[in-house]
Formats: sequence, C-alpha cells, structure tokens
Amino acid sequence: MAQDQINHIELLVIGGSSGSLGVILTILKALPASFHVPIILVIHRASSSESLLDEVLSLKSNLPVAEVEEKETIRPFMVYVAPADFHVLIEKDKTFSLDYSEKIHYSRPSINVTFLSAAARYGSGLMGILLSGANDDGTDGMKAISDNGGYCIIQDPADAIVDYMPRHALKYMDADAVLSGPEIVQFLLSLPAH
Amino acid sequence: MSVSEDEVKILLNDLIDRYGYDFTGYAEASLARRITRLFQLDRFSSFSEFRYRILNNTDYFRRLVEQLTVNVTEMLRDPLFYKAIREEVIPVLATYPFIRIWHAGCSTGEEVYSMAIMLKEAGILQKSRLYATDINPLVIEKARKGIFPVSQMRKYSENYIQSGGTRDFSSYYVSNYNLAKFDEGLGEKMIYATHNLVSDSSFNDFQLILCRNTLIYFDRTLQSRVLQLFDNSLELLGFLALGTKESLKFAPVESRYKIAVPGQKIWRKIR
Repeated sequence: MAQDQINHIELLVIGGSSGSLGVILTILKALPASFHVPIILVIHRASSSESLLDEVLSLKSNLPVAEVEEKETIRPFMVYVAPADFHVLIEKDKTFSLDYSEKIHYSRPSINVTFLSAAARYGSGLMGILLSGANDDGTDGMKAISDNGGYCIIQDPADAIVDYMPRHALKYMDADAVLSGPEIVQFLLSLPAH
Repeated sequence: MSVSEDEVKILLNDLIDRYGYDFTGYAEASLARRITRLFQLDRFSSFSEFRYRILNNTDYFRRLVEQLTVNVTEMLRDPLFYKAIREEVIPVLATYPFIRIWHAGCSTGEEVYSMAIMLKEAGILQKSRLYATDINPLVIEKARKGIFPVSQMRKYSENYIQSGGTRDFSSYYVSNYNLAKFDEGLGEKMIYATHNLVSDSSFNDFQLILCRNTLIYFDRTLQSRVLQLFDNSLELLGFLALGTKESLKFAPVESRYKIAVPGQKIWRKIR
C-alpha cells in the first residue's frame, strides 16, 4: 500500500483474543486525544453482559471509549468496543448493526464478522490490526481487508503472548506489516491522523 | 463468492412479489451476510441459479426464511433480566384476574418456557396465557414440543439459580438420551402461532410483551413501526421487555413509557 493511502485511513479495526489486552491498553494509552480516525475494538471475552471492558479501557485511553450501540453513527475521535455476546456489523450509511446469530470460531463478537463488514464499506480506507490469540478468528477478516485494498498489520507471532491467531493469519495471507506491540504503537503515532 | 448489494435488493423484491414476505426494513448488513452465508453453504455456482431456486421451490424458500431469521436463543438468557421479571414484574401481574403475555419473535421457545417456570413458581401460571409468535413456522413447530438439547441443561440450571430460582431445575424436565422434554403442564398455557411483525397487526391486549433481540435486525423505521404495534397491543400500565442492546430511545412511542426496572430493558406504559 502506498504512503498516500495510509494517509487516508478512515477507520481502524483491531481484533484480539487471549493475550491481546496488554497491547490494546498500550495503544490506547499512547494515542493522543487528537487521533481522529475512529477505532473499533473486537476482543474475545466471556459472554457476560456485565462485562466492564469499556470502562477498563476508558481508564487508560485519552480518547472516549464506548460500547457499540446499534444504529449509532461511527464518529471520529472515538474508540468503540464490540459488546459481549453480539457481532458488530457496519451499514452502508456508516452506522452500526448488532447481530446475535451463531458464534463463529466459538466467538461472539467475531473478529471476522466486523472486519468483513468494515472491508466492504471502507475498502482502501480501512486499516486492520490482528493481535495475540488462541483462535482461528480474524484470518478471513484480515484477508477481506487486504482484498478490498485496506492496510493489514499483524502482530509479530514472536511478540504475541499467544501466537496462534497471528500465526494462523500469516499462513493464509501476506500482511502489509508484521510488527511487535511497541512497533504497532509507533506506527500508529506516525500516522498523520492527529 | 458472495451476493452483491444489488443482488440482495433483487432477492428482497422477489420475496415480496412471489411470497409476500417483506424483508426490506431489515438492517442490510446482517441480512446480506446471512444471504451470502446460505449461498455459500448450499454451494450455488451463480446468483441466477440461487434466485431461480428461491423463486421456484417453496421448500427452498422456507429454508431461506429460516436462515435469514436468527434463531439463536437460550433459557433464562441474561439471568438478571429474569430476576427483575421475577421480582418486579410478576408481583404486579399477579394482581390481575387473568394474565396475557406475548412473546414476539419467540424462536424455538426457550424464553417462553423460562417465563412459564417463573409464573408457575409464583403460583399464577393457571391464570396466564402465553402467546408466542414467530415469522418462521419451523421454529414454532420446535417450540410447541418443549424439547431442548440436554447438553444445554447445565447452563440453563446456572441461569436459573442466578435468576433467583430456588428449586431443582431438573425437576422441570425429563431427560431421554440427548433430549430434555419439559413438563407438559408448563406448555398447557402456551399458544403458538406464526406472526410477521412486519405485516401482521395486533391480535390481543397484553399486560406483558417480550421481544428480545429481534428489533436489532430492523432498521429504525421498521423498529418504530413494530414498537407502535406493541404499543397498540399493550394495556395501560403493561410492561414491555426488550433485548440488552435495544431501546425505545428513538421511537415515537417513547414518551408513553418509563423504565420499570433500573438497569434492565423493561419499560412500563404510563399513558
């Protein structure tokens, strides 16, 4: 992907499972409040509706963090978290839809569902990051982002706490960049998105 | 291979013209995903082949409806919701001489049986009628039977305890191999029927309407229309219960309701 395209990122989607929370917290801590590209986090977790993930992330983030609400319009300067037990999709008018259909790779929210939907809507304006995890989820989604002209970063399996998910994705696709957690942070800070 | 947005539109028009089923008010992203999923699952080689099958094979059309509508459900899902129903709603219902409840979008009936158990424990099942409807005739057939996978019972039993249940959950069913058949006494007060929230109208007055995780599949316009249908079907001071991520926030009927239980998606019709 050309630098020019990186300069025009409209949406950042980040997927992770076990071992990803540390990297996500580091990213949120590092990004300034002026980072305007909206971010959607799809993180696997227990399907309890009392999960306080968005509050935990809020404590570390300079940007406002909110759980996705259905039909809400995606806005800049926001970090959205996929709610426990729902898949998150994106409509043509850049609003969120929620979906309580079957789990995919034992997961709801599924990284693939959100990434595929975002890839269809945002094309080359999308950047996807896939982090640590012990699950196949994310590979199809990252491929879709890549196929639609988006930019794909996969956490270096050697750096991931659980390397299965990034390793699985790398087996089926070429990432634009394979980076460690700290390198991902540096990369995002170097974007002209703030 | 996936089904394009334009092709989805063609199919939705076909379904109206050929079968009178209107899905055009459904949220598109989820619908398109499910159409593509079916297309891939059944290994069609082209959109025209897929379209031809739907138009000319009624059985396949039924399969399509079954696959387009999400039928994932469980007993006592969100135990704290049921605890609120048990502690805040049922005591009010108990004051009525005759209780009518509508489960709209009941899927395979797990939530209807959950409600029947709580009514029974409150001693008011005998004077209750549980109307349970869904667009999909196949799930209605399953719901009528009151038979659920035994593999789910441990989870349901945990939900039951968290919802404030104090009996032995396994006393409500008999296991036979991998199936759990629920007490027929629970099913006696249930009335199942197909009902399409998009096109069918109100059919009774209720004191409680539950519709959980169905509105999320509709666009705002259709959501408002369906909430109006519920409003037309709900008595004054009746309760309306929605899913954890659903709300009355943007609907015209909102001003007639107040939250009945803080922190839960249960409203009361106050005017």
